Parts: sequence; structure tokens; C-alpha cells
Amino acid sequence: MAGNTADKIQGGVLGWVDARFPLSQLWNEHLAQYYAPKNFNFWYYFGSLALLVLVIQIVTGIFLTMFFKPDAELAFASVEYIMRDVEWGWLIRYMHSTGASFFFVVVYLHMFRALLYGSYKKPRELIWIFGVLIYIVLMAEAFAGYLLPWGQMSYWGAQVIVNLFATIPYIGPDLVTWIRGDFLLSDATLTRFFALHVIALPLVLLLLIVAHIIALHEVGSNNPDGVEIKANKDENGLPRDGIRFHPYYTVKDLVGVGVFLIAFFAVVFFAPEMGGLFLKPANMIPADPLVTPDLIPPVWYFTSFYSVLRAVPDPFLGVVAMGAAVVVLFFVPWIDRNPVKSIRYRSSAHKLNLAVFVVTFVVLGYLGLQQVTAFYGELTLRFAVMYFLFFWLLWFHSRERSAVFSLVSFAVLVGIYSFYDYTRFDPANAQLLLTAWLLPTAYLFVTMVVPVFARNMGRDRPVPERVTA
Amino acid sequence: MKPLIVILSLAVLATGPVSLQAAGPSVPLDRVTVDVTDEASLQRGARLYFNYCIGCHSVQYMRYNRVGQDLGLTENQVIESMIFTTDEDGELTAPGALITNAMTPDYGEEAFGVEPPDLTLTARVRGEDWLYTFLRSFYLDEARPLGVNNTVFENVGMPNPLWDLQGWQEKQVDANGDTRLRVIESGSMSGPEYDRAIRDLVTFLSYLGEPMQIERQRIGLYVLGFLLAFLGLAYLLKKEYWKDVH
Repeated sequence: MAGNTADKIQGGVLGWVDARFPLSQLWNEHLAQYYAPKNFNFWYYFGSLALLVLVIQIVTGIFLTMFFKPDAELAFASVEYIMRDVEWGWLIRYMHSTGASFFFVVVYLHMFRALLYGSYKKPRELIWIFGVLIYIVLMAEAFAGYLLPWGQMSYWGAQVIVNLFATIPYIGPDLVTWIRGDFLLSDATLTRFFALHVIALPLVLLLLIVAHIIALHEVGSNNPDGVEIKANKDENGLPRDGIRFHPYYTVKDLVGVGVFLIAFFAVVFFAPEMGGLFLKPANMIPADPLVTPDLIPPVWYFTSFYSVLRAVPDPFLGVVAMGAAVVVLFFVPWIDRNPVKSIRYRSSAHKLNLAVFVVTFVVLGYLGLQQVTAFYGELTLRFAVMYFLFFWLLWFHSRERSAVFSLVSFAVLVGIYSFYDYTRFDPANAQLLLTAWLLPTAYLFVTMVVPVFARNMGRDRPVPERVTA
Repeated sequence: MKPLIVILSLAVLATGPVSLQAAGPSVPLDRVTVDVTDEASLQRGARLYFNYCIGCHSVQYMRYNRVGQDLGLTENQVIESMIFTTDEDGELTAPGALITNAMTPDYGEEAFGVEPPDLTLTARVRGEDWLYTFLRSFYLDEARPLGVNNTVFENVGMPNPLWDLQGWQEKQVDANGDTRLRVIESGSMSGPEYDRAIRDLVTFLSYLGEPMQIERQRIGLYVLGFLLAFLGLAYLLKKEYWKDVH
């Protein structure tokens, strides 16, 4: 130990620091000598971009905190003060509001990357779990932040979400009062949401991100081929298909940063409201507890789950379904038991399943922004069912299934929701109901029944020994 | 993976441009194109605002001198043509003050049944087309307390403050069942003149909603130009480093 310290002392300032703090060691372990697979593609930009957005949010958030007044009487005016009187306040505020939406864009793409290449599979289950926790904290962070401008949508959006807890049997109403700190959404709620938004949740978020990255660097990155690069090392013990993160991926990520910032600032400078998706017109009206807006949709990044909530007629069961739609993500590493990680070598049936899931998530997101009509309501129900069927199919495609199991489980699943349709059958909208019935049924038919007859469709392909280009 | 990228981007595009305005008015809106870089139009709009609107509608998040600066007015012009109120000491309100008025909420509610709203952000809430149509859609209606109604905002508490410019309109139903508004007693402006005046006013309201909108887009071009150059350099750097990776 003493000799080791003496060696390090040679190196000037860096040596002095290294003798007291593992600076070079950290630099090497996490950047300069962290070996990442050389075949990262487009989808691998979003991790570092998420960090970039985090930094943007923290820095702009600090400046906003200097001028924002967390007081129901003053909050709305202080935001307009930032927009008009604070030097560059409008830019800081638009960066923060746009950053919130871009955070979710980036995180959704990052999560989808994990689905594409099976990045949640052994030994990366904990990375995934930390990731889902980050996602949940991010949702809470975004929700708390959305209340702060104290506009009509802030107020009524929070009203709707907070009241979800009221559906919990027995403790619901008291729980909601406890969350709000008052018998209605008021100044007490605003100040505590401010505390959560600017300190409590960001702290948790940072800790989880550190844990996410430590876990990643412990086991190493997955890649688009889903091949473990550590399984093939050269005489020096370095992975043959790995390259040092720094400088290779630092310069490559710089290109991603360039593209990202162009998209980001195009919105900030030319469409900060993004047609009402990022900043809602109704939120330019100060909160008024006596006037309920006609339509209170959540911000776009919540609307897929909001649709799941609305798909279920019973409020409490709706909340349970919505919660389940998020919580099911934790179990993905154990739902998908297929040893093949990357979609490149997975069956066509699985590829189709993932593609339908993307469509389902986006359609649910769209429906969550709309006023409920008979047609939209029916669609919402079907796509909510398809959301959960995705996870069933993820398990189902863990290996090639026998004809009998495929056909029987298909019949059982279709039977379950067909029975529900039978109980609510109404000749008045029979056509809508029957047409919509085709959606999940066709989805299951193509992904479960067709592979029984077209065996190739359900078959995974051999995974190569080494990564491909 | 290409098909997935395509599906994903199509899906995002499909939901992207959807406008999320809440339930709109029952009548189709007339379209208006405003140009917030047109200083003369902004000045004409401001003149209308400070002659006809400010008595009831404050602009409480904006300052007089900011409007003056942005519209190319001197401080004296601001004081003479915009400031009609006094502060607590009885002095003329300072040009650096927020644009408020003398109407109390109680008085407004007593007079009109509802407190006249602050108009700083109305253009962002309602949109320019709505304002343009609304301000041209008052008509005589004996059933209303002030004798005036509006096709865009049914039973609105507001009378038509611009009646001496527009004149009075009457609602008529034609053979097809379509309602039309027709001027039955003309004001000091012709139809097209009045439309232009309202366009100026809407231009000014649009400016009030987001006074930095011109500056925002001007700076945005420089920022994007810089980022494109940055991207080019980053790409060359990446290529240089990666040429030995096979």
C-alpha cells in the first residue's frame, strides 16, 4: 500500500490528487478503459442524451428557482415575470419546459432500445430495474413540476391525478387530504410540490442514475447483436469486440449531441408550445378552483397510461390497471425468458409483437389526449388490452411453442375478452364492438396461431459468436 | 431495424401536429394572418387598445415602457398616449409600472356580470383567429342586458366597445339556414377598414402574449446555424477517431 502511494506521488497535481482520491482510477474505469462493444448503433445515443437533458433541466431549473415564487398568489405572475422581465428568462423557461418533454422522448427511446436488444436480460436485470425506478421518479418529478406554473391545466391536471388516490378503498379520501395538505388543492399543495420538485425527487433521481451507471459498468454494455463481448478476450484480457469508451464513444456521442440539440433548440426557438403538446394554451389562464376546463388531458408523456385508466369503467380498478401497466415493466427480465437477446435473431412473430407494441403505445397516447366518445372509448379498451397482451406474448415467445399450447392459449385469451364483450353487448353499437374485437384477435392470431402453420415465423435464428460490424 | 424506425417516426409524426384546443366555438372562425414584425400595425393596434380596451382589460404582466421600446415609441409618447392612471401617491403611473387599470373586480362584476379578464395572454389561450372573429361578431340582441350578443361567445358579458367604428350588426338567417351578420347602422369605418383595424388589434394582442417571439426566432436561426457547424465538426472528429476501428 505504501509503495503504491509512493508511485503515484510522482505525477504532479494529478499524482497528488490520486494519492488521496481515486481520480485516475475512476476516469479509467468509467471512461478511458471502459470497454464498450464497437457495434453500437443509432439506438445507443439515448443514454448519454438522457444525461444531457438531465443537466439541462438541473441548470435551467436552478435559474428558474431564483425567480419563481412558490405561492398560489404569486406563482403564475412570477412565471410571466420570468418570461418578460428576467434577462433571457424566456429562453431558460422554454428550455426547461421543452426539456421536460424531450426527457421523456429520450427515455422512451432508451427503454425501447432495451426491448429491441434484450438489454434487460441476465446479467443486466438490475440495470433495467434501476431504469424503471428512474422512469417512475421522472414521472413524479414531471408531475410535481407541472403544477408549479399554477395555470388552469396545472391545477386541474393535478386535481385529477391526486384524486386517483381517492379511489383506494377505506383510506383513499384521507390519503388525498394528506397528499394535498389541505381539503382542496391549494397553496399548501403548491409549496410541497415545489419542495418535491426542486430537491427531494431530483436527489432520488441522481442517486438512481448513479446506481444505474454503476450497475452498467459492472456487467458491461449489451449491443445490437446481444453477444457478450467479454466472452471473447485477447491475450491482454481485453474484449476483441470492445473499444474504449473514451475517446471512441465520447466523440461519437458528440455527433448525437449535435443532432439532439438541433432538434431541441428548433422546438425551443420556433415551436415552444409544440402545437399545445408541450405547453397547453389553457395553462396560460391562472388556476381557478371554480372553473373546470372542458377537457383535462395530462401532458402527452402520461397519456398512454391515462388511456389504460380510462379503459376500465370502475375507477379503482382503472387505477389498478394503470399502476399495473407501469409495474409490469419491473418484471420484463423474467417475463421474456428467451435466451436470444437481440431482435436481430429473434423470430418474426416476436418482431411483429414489438412493432404492434409501439403502435399500441402511440395510439393509447393519442387517445389519452382526446375527449371520450363511443368510438374512442372502444378503441381505448382494445388497445389497453393489447398493451397487456404484449407482455403475455413476450413470455409466450420465450421459446417455440407447441401447436396445442398455441391454439389452446389463443382460444382461452380470445374467450376471456369475448365473454366480457358478450356481457356488455348492445345491438345499438354491435358493429363498432365487433369491428374493434378484431384488433386484439388479429394481433393474437398473427403472433400465436400463424406460427403454428408457418413454423419459420415462430423460430429464432442462430446468434453469431462475435458481433457483426 | 429500419422498419421499426419508420413505424416509430410515422407514429410520432401522426400525433405531433394535433392541435389540442379545448371545445371550440360553434361558428367557424375567420382566418387572420398577423405580422408581429410590422411596427406600424402594432402601433395602430396599441392605439386601439389604449383608447378602447384598457379601461376594462388590464395587461398586468407587461410594462408600459417595454411596450414603448418594442413598438418604437419614445418615453414621452408612452406617457402621453398609454398612461391614464395614477399611483398610490396620486402621481401619474410610472412608465416602468405594470399595465393595470382603475377597474376593481367587484365593479367589473357588478357592471358586466363577470370580471373583465386580463388580456396579456389571451392571444395564446384563444388564438388569433378566435380574437379576430370574436371582435367582429357582435350583434344587437334585445334579450341581453346590454343589448348586444356575440356569435363566437354566446351570451358574453362584454358590449361592443368598438361600435362607433364598426356600427351595429344584426343577425340574419338566410334561406339555407346559415346565420349571417349584417351591418344595419354603419360606423365611422367601412367593413374592410374595420377588418384591418381589428387585424392590427389582434397583432398587438399577439405581441402582448409573447413579446419576445420575434427575438426568439431571430436568435434561433443563429443558434441552429452554430449547432449545424458544431455537428459538422463533431462528425469529422468522429470519423477521424473511428477510422482505425474495424
